[in-house]
Amino acid sequence: MAPQRETILRVENIAKYFPITRGIVFQTKIGEVKAVDGVSFDLAKGETVGVVGESGCGKSTLARLIMRLEHPTRGQVFYQDRDIFAMPGSALRRLRRNIQMVMQDPYTSLNPRMTVGDIIGEPFEIHRDVAPRGDRRRKVQELLDYVGLNPEHISRYPHQFSGGQRQRIGIARALALRPKIIVCDEPVSALDVSIQAQVINLLERLQNELGLAYIFIAHDLSVVRHISDRVAVMYLGKVVEIGTEDEIYGRPTHPYTQALLSAVPVPDPTARAHRDVIRLEGDVPSPANPPSGCRFRTRCWKAKPICTEQEPPLTAQQADPHLSACHFAELRHVVA
Amino acid sequence: MTDIQIQLDRVADDAHLLDVRDLFIEFHTRDGIAKVINGVSYHLDAGEALAVLGESGSGKSVTAQAIMGILDIPPGKIVSGQICYNGRDLLSLPEKERRQVRGKEIAMVFQDALSALNPVFPVGWQISETLRHREGVARADALRRAVELMELVRIPAAKQRLRDYPHEFSGGMRQRVMIAMSLALSPKILIADEPTTALDVTVQAQVMDLLAELRRELHMAMILITHDLGVVADVADRIAVMYAGRIVEHADVHDLYAVQGHPYTKGLIDSIPRLDHKGQELATIQGLPPSLMDIPRGCPFHPRCPYRKDPICSTQVPTDQRLASGTRTSRCHFAKEVLDGTAA
Repeated sequence: MAPQRETILRVENIAKYFPITRGIVFQTKIGEVKAVDGVSFDLAKGETVGVVGESGCGKSTLARLIMRLEHPTRGQVFYQDRDIFAMPGSALRRLRRNIQMVMQDPYTSLNPRMTVGDIIGEPFEIHRDVAPRGDRRRKVQELLDYVGLNPEHISRYPHQFSGGQRQRIGIARALALRPKIIVCDEPVSALDVSIQAQVINLLERLQNELGLAYIFIAHDLSVVRHISDRVAVMYLGKVVEIGTEDEIYGRPTHPYTQALLSAVPVPDPTARAHRDVIRLEGDVPSPANPPSGCRFRTRCWKAKPICTEQEPPLTAQQADPHLSACHFAELRHVVA
Repeated sequence: MTDIQIQLDRVADDAHLLDVRDLFIEFHTRDGIAKVINGVSYHLDAGEALAVLGESGSGKSVTAQAIMGILDIPPGKIVSGQICYNGRDLLSLPEKERRQVRGKEIAMVFQDALSALNPVFPVGWQISETLRHREGVARADALRRAVELMELVRIPAAKQRLRDYPHEFSGGMRQRVMIAMSLALSPKILIADEPTTALDVTVQAQVMDLLAELRRELHMAMILITHDLGVVADVADRIAVMYAGRIVEHADVHDLYAVQGHPYTKGLIDSIPRLDHKGQELATIQGLPPSLMDIPRGCPFHPRCPYRKDPICSTQVPTDQRLASGTRTSRCHFAKEVLDGTAA
């Protein structure tokens, strides 16, 4: 929340293309899926940047790139002004301490044959200087307590916990090395409503107490608004609009953002009657064969010939100074 | 006077299109008996839409499976209760007659269209299959009817897509194919079990709009099963909220969202982040839903309830309390206080 403007992570024009191949022995490349195609943003210390978009928009690939789990086709990610893809092994090992990840599915992201103590303590096995061997058990129990689990359950296995508790284990594991940044990829989408709020509150408390920065990827726009300081809206591998939480939700200028906000089911039938209804036609096109020019034009009600020919740049608009990539950007208040 | 009143009530009761009465279902597993449904009653009139809302394990889908007659028995066991369709108890019908109801009177749409459709047959063949087998319609006529059904659910270029396979459709279009299949025999009731959970927001909105339109056009009754409080807000007329195999609150949609008469519903609505403002810290429901093998004594929600008063809540199972508008009910000892906001 507080405007500490010290940039900790900078993503510059990053892209990841996955090849589409034919054949098994003699593979020939017949095309590529442009999962992420030129994304730039930065993240300040203690800040939360939310990334929203529908399936196939590249938000998870973006997370994997920032984690250096994928190598980019082009572009860079700078952690404190050092390119993470140019780092030698020793520096990379230190980097891993500073950027950690919480996965979406708490059922498959924890090894069922390891105890909770082993799962949370595993990072100490690799980064031995963080916690000396004799001290590990105590450290793990502290972490368990810190994320709201019973420290006495250190010897239990993942299947003995509920979904929400497992997600807390995943968060404890991510916290073990005291990172500066946590990339959260859909951390609450597998959880029931009443449990979701508990985990969101936990993430917010940890941020306040430890000064963590989050990259929070989710498809639930209400959750993203609640937790984020700034929000990036992605469509087919590109950021189409980015701004503060207030700008994106209160003053959206890109038609896709407006349609997305309009489609969110709001649990209030009375408020819904007054809402601006925008219904998009069809589905998201395949990222293997994205439309020319503006990628959103095939579903856009404002599309004109220029949209087919020219890709709109992500720039400040006359309608509102935050960045939006549309030839015909204009304000529209979708959320009451 | 009172006798006449009771008789009138009975007649009114019998007039419901679907009437689930005091249903109890158990699952016998290796680890013990799970009491999945513990006295569920709800009804549905022609053309009406009821939303059944609950978290995982609340029993919302099991009730629907029992209505459809597709519950796995064993391990499932219907202990007691009635499911009356047009006055006939479906549970006492022999399987042969039950089949006449399934699909023709009551049809169902499942959550995951990709696994519910057969991957090795074209969609046209799958939609027309019901017509050929159940109605004895000739193949060519059945295919023609399939095109009409695909047009009814707004699949573009329906005729050209008749021979396409399920994997050639997008998620939203596959769900439309499922809906077309379920409509083949013009059912009076459509049960939709989490019909949009696997879909993206913009596509989810399209499918919910379609269901609302179909309901109006075909004057069909609908049961919408969901865990998402937002999705059903403008399609359903009434909402039944389930917790641990019971309906804890039942109200008109507008009434329910405006003010809640059960602490669980109130907790749920308070814990959702809002789209229209950032908000402060989220309210939460403490603890976890109970294990169905070991449901707490008294009110099943009492260990998590902020308004709990001992000893009554931990010893006595609350019955339905009628609230203000007459049809509104809440299974809470302090329902009126919760509704008025005077509960502490």
